[in-house]
Amino acid sequence: MSSNVGRRTFLKTTAAAVLAATESGSNLQAVNAQTIAKASSAAPTRLTVNGNDLTVDLDSRTTLLDALREHLQLTGTKKGCDQGQCGACTVLVEGRRINSCLTLAVMHDGQAITTIEGLGTPDKLHPLQRAFVAHDGFQCGYCTPGQIMSAAGVLDEVSRGVPSHVTRDLTAAVRLNDTELRERMSGNICRCAAYPNIVAAIRDVAGYRA
Amino acid sequence: MIGQALDRRDGTFKVTGRAAYSYERQDAGQAAHGYMVGAAVAKGRIVAIDVAMARRAPGVALVMTHQDVAPQGARDGTVAEQFARPWPVLIGDEVAFFGQPVALVVADTFEQARAAAALVVVTYATDAGAFDLAAHRGEAYTPKMAAAGFPADTCFGDLDRAMADTPVNVDVTYTTPHHFAQPMEPAACLASWNGDDLAVCVSVQGIAACRNALARTLLIAPERVHVDAAFVGGGFGSKLRLHEETVLAALASRRLQRPVKVAHTRRQVFNIAGHGPEMIHRVRLAARRDGTLLGIGHDVNMQGARREEYVEQAATVLRSLYAAPHRLTRHRVTNLDLNLGEAVRGPGEAPGLLAVESAMDELAIALDLDPIELRIRNEPDLDPERRVSFSGRRLVECMREGASRFGWAARPRRPASRREGDVLVGFGMSASIRACFQGATAAIVRMEPDGRVIVKSDMTDIGTGTLTILAQVAAGALNVPIAGVSVQLARSDLPVSAGSGGSWGASNTCNAVYRACDDLRRKVMGPASLWGREADLASEVARRFPDGVEGEGILPGMQDDPNYKEYSVNTYGANFAEVGVDVTTGEVRLRRMLGVFCAGRIVNPKTARSQVIGGMIWGVGAALHEAAHVDPRYGNFVNGDLAEYLVPVHADIPAIDAIMLDDFDDKANPLGIKGVGELGICGSGAAVANAVFNATGIRVRDFPITIEKLLPGLPVR
Repeated sequence: MSSNVGRRTFLKTTAAAVLAATESGSNLQAVNAQTIAKASSAAPTRLTVNGNDLTVDLDSRTTLLDALREHLQLTGTKKGCDQGQCGACTVLVEGRRINSCLTLAVMHDGQAITTIEGLGTPDKLHPLQRAFVAHDGFQCGYCTPGQIMSAAGVLDEVSRGVPSHVTRDLTAAVRLNDTELRERMSGNICRCAAYPNIVAAIRDVAGYRA
Repeated sequence: MIGQALDRRDGTFKVTGRAAYSYERQDAGQAAHGYMVGAAVAKGRIVAIDVAMARRAPGVALVMTHQDVAPQGARDGTVAEQFARPWPVLIGDEVAFFGQPVALVVADTFEQARAAAALVVVTYATDAGAFDLAAHRGEAYTPKMAAAGFPADTCFGDLDRAMADTPVNVDVTYTTPHHFAQPMEPAACLASWNGDDLAVCVSVQGIAACRNALARTLLIAPERVHVDAAFVGGGFGSKLRLHEETVLAALASRRLQRPVKVAHTRRQVFNIAGHGPEMIHRVRLAARRDGTLLGIGHDVNMQGARREEYVEQAATVLRSLYAAPHRLTRHRVTNLDLNLGEAVRGPGEAPGLLAVESAMDELAIALDLDPIELRIRNEPDLDPERRVSFSGRRLVECMREGASRFGWAARPRRPASRREGDVLVGFGMSASIRACFQGATAAIVRMEPDGRVIVKSDMTDIGTGTLTILAQVAAGALNVPIAGVSVQLARSDLPVSAGSGGSWGASNTCNAVYRACDDLRRKVMGPASLWGREADLASEVARRFPDGVEGEGILPGMQDDPNYKEYSVNTYGANFAEVGVDVTTGEVRLRRMLGVFCAGRIVNPKTARSQVIGGMIWGVGAALHEAAHVDPRYGNFVNGDLAEYLVPVHADIPAIDAIMLDDFDDKANPLGIKGVGELGICGSGAAVANAVFNATGIRVRDFPITIEKLLPGLPVR
């Protein structure tokens, strides 16, 4: 943008990528974008992914999701929204589930990441993977790795006694039931809407009755 | 094998993350990343577009705008097949809708492309746009046709007179909102050129349509376009048409002579991928005291766009659902400065039945009649408008079976009469109908000398189960173990199908594969009269066909199939829902839901049930959650992401079940199969809406039924 634009032109000029509510707000974001573009830098990041110690040179703006998908060719982790709203990118970091699109890879230097590829393989399926197939807990399959990783996280959270929004008694041991499961899995959207089958699959592995 | 509840064949790939969707394909080597820049105004002109900063940004290989884009085929509404029409991008300086791509930035990495995209500076001359359907409804025009070949209007008798002459009638207006497919995989394309040949890994529902549309857009021969859609992360209508990401990837890849991949961001899906348009429905029902309908009418006024006509067939649902001598159905279109509407799962039926089946519930209340009994009393003997016989109409059976299984008799007879603590409880039901279509489809089945069978079709499996059911059909038809059948799909070097969309994929392709098996067997075993010892087929092939043998099967389109002229071919169902409404907060919770469906022979009960349940849940979303809202000042979808455009999540969905009646429709096709991809969403939302009325006594006619629409009418605590 040239510096001699009048205020009127300035206000009419919008940074195109910004889904702007106000025109002046867009310009602010355009300026920020310039700063960001200049600030980009590569940083070596050490990650332990599915048990493998790796060092990758990553643009510091790279999300954990894009590090996995674009740099490590681990495309089982899916990009559904890239803004933490759908759960398709769920992985385990140090055993806890996380939306990998909402975190930068460089923030996880030295940490252990588990992706769907590390949970089980076609020859040796994890019980959750086997149950998803048996209960038809998916259709298009795009949200599926996230659902399964999220389910793995849920089972661990319950075993650690972590309560949820629908846990009635915060002092008693947490017991998994359908209501708990649905609440805890609600960050993982399935547009094919395989929800009843997903719940059946996880219930099967968790070992409780509906 | 047909009828067995087998696991999905691609299940192991999908649950282990080994299924590679288009953006993830490594076939072409390292691809550059393209990022689309969308218009920040809804109507106007690009006065200036400054790409200098973006071009200088690190890693940037290309910034493409309307000023330097290659010539493309013009939009052409005369191409008969809608999905094969050219889809030119970056053409000229005109902006026709908010988010319309105005530039593509290509860089080595995604981060570089995204950052550089924010440096493209566009100056617009903004025009005042029309964005509000209700405000502009008076400007509606009468289209020549509705989508899918339906007449825009039908008229029998005199509805106005029937309304005047009958003692009980309903004349109500419903609105259904802008509705989005939003598959979990945003549309994406990886494009690469080899000389004059273009290869695209792309997320589409139909291979041949994509190939032809892309060839027409790029002004090259279709044979030069090679399409591969091995895995597609859902479509629901939004991947029927070619979209900007694919054309831009192809153009950029040609310019740069390197592979380029482009995906929609989720927000771009809301801007670019097409939506089911907002509609205003006037439904009129004129009845005698005993519930006999004398008149029915459905007037639909929907949003359109000037650049191309899309008339969703929403007013067609009543044309064959109920008997009545006086009938009127009409489609009107109000052009606004919004994106073009496109098919979203159950186009026509999904919004149409929300309105019609809610209005039928209103009539049942007015008559003080069981809504099932009302529907049974108006069951037609013949298709009421086409005056042809129905094939496989078992709607009454669906309703009775569902009523029995659901415990309909225990429903609250009076609205707002059952309260459990702070929760008002209600039951609702609705009827479902979905028209069946048949599209020309070819398939090849090959048997190798070692007995292995290969099924070939360009049909896609977008989560529908195609891979699994085609293997079932071939294994059954050739009497070979299913483990020895491999299925090749979704590439443009394979026999052309009609693609996935319109609930016709299973019936089209299964029949074509069955005929190919038949052809193969004739080639090996001679005329059918000589067959008998089935096990001999493989040994005959081994003995006499050292290079293997192929059979070819073709299913004609419905226009060439007399059955579709002589019969009214539809699928049917009945949905039942129980809801609880919190008397204080107005929150609606679905408690349970059941659908009973009649959809011909079910090839795989496991995958079919999943698809139908998924559709029913879409009905729940349509009734309670989903609406895209346009900002009347700027013409953008203000809630264009998955946090603000609400879709059902786990916590919204309790126990849901679907029952498929044991069925076979010999008029539909030789295998008796009809589709189930959209049947689940047809009418199911109205069952939920009617349950909300039964619980609260409040009739919300503006979908979805959200808290603020219920709160004013809820009883004081």
